[in-house]
Amino acid sequence: MSDNALGLVIAAVVAWIVIGALGLVRPRELRFVSHLLFPLGAAVGLALAVVAFFALGQLPQSTVLPLGLPDLPFHLRLDSLSAFFLLLLGAVGAAISVFAAGYFRSGEGAAPGLLCFEYHLFLAAMALVLVADDAYLFMVSWEAMALSSFFLVTTDHRIPEIRQAGFLYLLIAHVGAIAILLCFGVLQGGSGDYTFGSMRSMVLTGAWPSVAFFLALFGFGAKAGLLPMHVWLPEAHPAAPSPVSALMSGVMLKTAIYGFLRVTFDLLQGQLWWWGVIALVLGLATALFGVIFACVQSDMKRLLAYSSIENIGIIVAGIGLTILFKSYGKTLLAAITLTAVLYHALNHAFFKSLLFLATGSVLHATHERSLGKLGGLIHRMPWVAWLALVGTLAIAGLPPLNGFVSEWLLLQAFLFTPSLPQSFVNMLVPLAAGALVLAVALSAYVMVKFYGIIFLGRPRESNLAYAKDAGWFERAALSFLALGCVVLGIFPVNVIAMLDPVNAMLIGSTALHADSGNWLLLTPINADRASYSPLIVLIGIVAVVLLTAQVVHRLYHGRVRRAPPWDCGFPLQTPRMQDTAEGFGQPIREVFDAVFRIERQLPSPFDTAPKYAVKVGDHLWHWLYLPLARGADALGRLVGMIQQGRISVYLTYSFFTLLALLFFVR
Amino acid sequence: MATLPLYAQFINLFAAFLLLLAFAMLAQRRVLSLINLFAMQGFALAVSTAIVAYGTHQSHLYWSAGLTLVLKVLLLPWLLHRLIRQLDVKWDVEGLINIPTTMLVGIVLVVFSFNLALPIAQLSHTVTRATLGIAMASVMLSFLMMITRRKAIPQVVGFLAMENGLFFAATSATYGMPMVVELGIALDVLVGMIILGVFFFQIREQFDSLDLKHLETLKENE
Repeated sequence: MSDNALGLVIAAVVAWIVIGALGLVRPRELRFVSHLLFPLGAAVGLALAVVAFFALGQLPQSTVLPLGLPDLPFHLRLDSLSAFFLLLLGAVGAAISVFAAGYFRSGEGAAPGLLCFEYHLFLAAMALVLVADDAYLFMVSWEAMALSSFFLVTTDHRIPEIRQAGFLYLLIAHVGAIAILLCFGVLQGGSGDYTFGSMRSMVLTGAWPSVAFFLALFGFGAKAGLLPMHVWLPEAHPAAPSPVSALMSGVMLKTAIYGFLRVTFDLLQGQLWWWGVIALVLGLATALFGVIFACVQSDMKRLLAYSSIENIGIIVAGIGLTILFKSYGKTLLAAITLTAVLYHALNHAFFKSLLFLATGSVLHATHERSLGKLGGLIHRMPWVAWLALVGTLAIAGLPPLNGFVSEWLLLQAFLFTPSLPQSFVNMLVPLAAGALVLAVALSAYVMVKFYGIIFLGRPRESNLAYAKDAGWFERAALSFLALGCVVLGIFPVNVIAMLDPVNAMLIGSTALHADSGNWLLLTPINADRASYSPLIVLIGIVAVVLLTAQVVHRLYHGRVRRAPPWDCGFPLQTPRMQDTAEGFGQPIREVFDAVFRIERQLPSPFDTAPKYAVKVGDHLWHWLYLPLARGADALGRLVGMIQQGRISVYLTYSFFTLLALLFFVR
Repeated sequence: MATLPLYAQFINLFAAFLLLLAFAMLAQRRVLSLINLFAMQGFALAVSTAIVAYGTHQSHLYWSAGLTLVLKVLLLPWLLHRLIRQLDVKWDVEGLINIPTTMLVGIVLVVFSFNLALPIAQLSHTVTRATLGIAMASVMLSFLMMITRRKAIPQVVGFLAMENGLFFAATSATYGMPMVVELGIALDVLVGMIILGVFFFQIREQFDSLDLKHLETLKENE
């Protein structure tokens, strides 16, 4: 099996494409598409994950497919890095497919068969991106990925906002793709050979490696949602159907991380320390920006989109730190940092997909995306609520779940930086660590808001009483992802051992210390400095909970008195008196006032039907994107001036062109 | 001059006629006279092609000459006359630029063409190479006529006259194009003429006039 892992990966890609094409055979038949094709796609995803898991430790395999243009075949290669991301794609993709089997129904805006086609094409394109071994196949599948996801985002294309969101996404995806293409153009170093094999052996001189690095940072950053190319994320994620948001946020953003890692650590020969500093600063800025904006959102999918920006920021900051360590030859530290990065990418794929899918269930049950009209759903939708709680705790970075492990590892790596030789970096890194901690803490705040407002409290609207819990397909998918969050949290040592081949390939060192044979205890450097045992934490938490329950039970047993609580002098209490999403975010909005562009509409005291509206905008949109758009428009008008509508003027143009050509050719 | 054979002198003579007629067309205000001038230019072209054929014993050029005669002296002017009668547009042609200025620009173009043709003519080995400059000049002048005219029919005449100049350039530089190409071009001109004729009716139906300034409204609005 492991001998021909690459063949199996190709088979999985073909299977996905075939399943997608089958959807087009009977596009309107919902049962056929959702109860047969999507589960089939999930099975393929699971198989891919298993294959990738076994291929992680194997030697790289490569092959050449006789497809593509004449004399320009497709090169494919499966190495540890690809295998890791394929594992992520397969596992999370399978869960999302199972969810989609129960989620998609008629009236979603497009025929189910068409959705099935675009969805599986999207999966297949992502898998191809991960195994591409030449710039040609990489770009072809990259574009296929962008286009299929664009059509998925604009599923409900009859709504103008969704069309606009789709356009913004497509625009930024293409600007990024141009940068990536240019990056490959630099990397091939004038040899004209666009295979990654030739790029690996190419030694670039002068400023060219830096140019390639920054083109990659820009290009992949646009796809990942790095500042300042993040604007498409909060627009596209709410616009897309929830499984698509989950797939885009959980998996597609990771393909951008994959591409960035591939270029930085595999295709480029060496890394310079200041690249790391810039990636670190940019990543942390993105993380803080994302989390601060997430605090003040009142649309649940928008909130999650900003949280994705935050997580991508953390991952990129980790990559920056890895570059920093590796450029100073601290391979062990670099390996720990990279482990944290990959771990966090995997974790984010699991918990963010889980949360997006949970919002999908809530959306279907209540037809409401605005946090202000939800609440108390834990009574109506216990399955979704409890499984979402696992995801919420994981993303908030609480032990013993998976979010804690990667963030803890990353912080450990930050704490080791004083060993670097440069004092400037030594001063910068504690600051960066502080920013990271702030981002992580705020993300916990965001998650309390997210969970508390949707699932806890009392229903804010009367129609929430009719909300139904998710179906079995959805429950299975959510349970799988929640289980993933728990397993990844409880067995970090095994997961890190699994990641080691990737470290060995990219850094040349493994993160696991030789003497840490203990699978219960995670010790990054040595046990004296820091160690973490999730199982003990779990046992501790369970013990404390049980003990508390016992104590409470004993102390108050039989002395329970049921009476109306003190009502603070307000005898009439309605669910609308609960803390709202805006209210919860208000302190953050005040503290970080300068970051936002707030348009607030305050009611007058004499208004009998007072209305309050607040719109939190993004300064970058007004300072960067709108001027750019205006500039492009003005340039377009300038070009439009040569269109006079008079035949004689057009003839004059061609006449002068002719004269000039004759004059110069002479 | 004595070194040139008699037929070559005749060719030069007709080339001069061609240029003169091109200027005459540039200056002509009336549509009917314009078409007559166009027919005369076609006739001069046919005669000069026949002389080239006679002088160089290129028998296929006789066919070209015959074709030119039938197409450009008889058929196209007849079509244009019919069109004018049907459309009832015997008005004076108003240029966008006044006639003297147009003539001056034309002279500049002729100088430019001769300047341009000089190095090319030296590469060529035909007897008629000296007339290449005239051929180019008549192309340019026809183009200028297309630019300066406001109405549709003179523009079409300018387009056809440009084809005359190209044809003459081909004859003088390389003793004509292969017969197939020539037939193709002749057919193109004919088809183009018919299509434009249809368009004239359409334009007039739409705007009640053949003045091209009405087409400006078709431009994409800001």
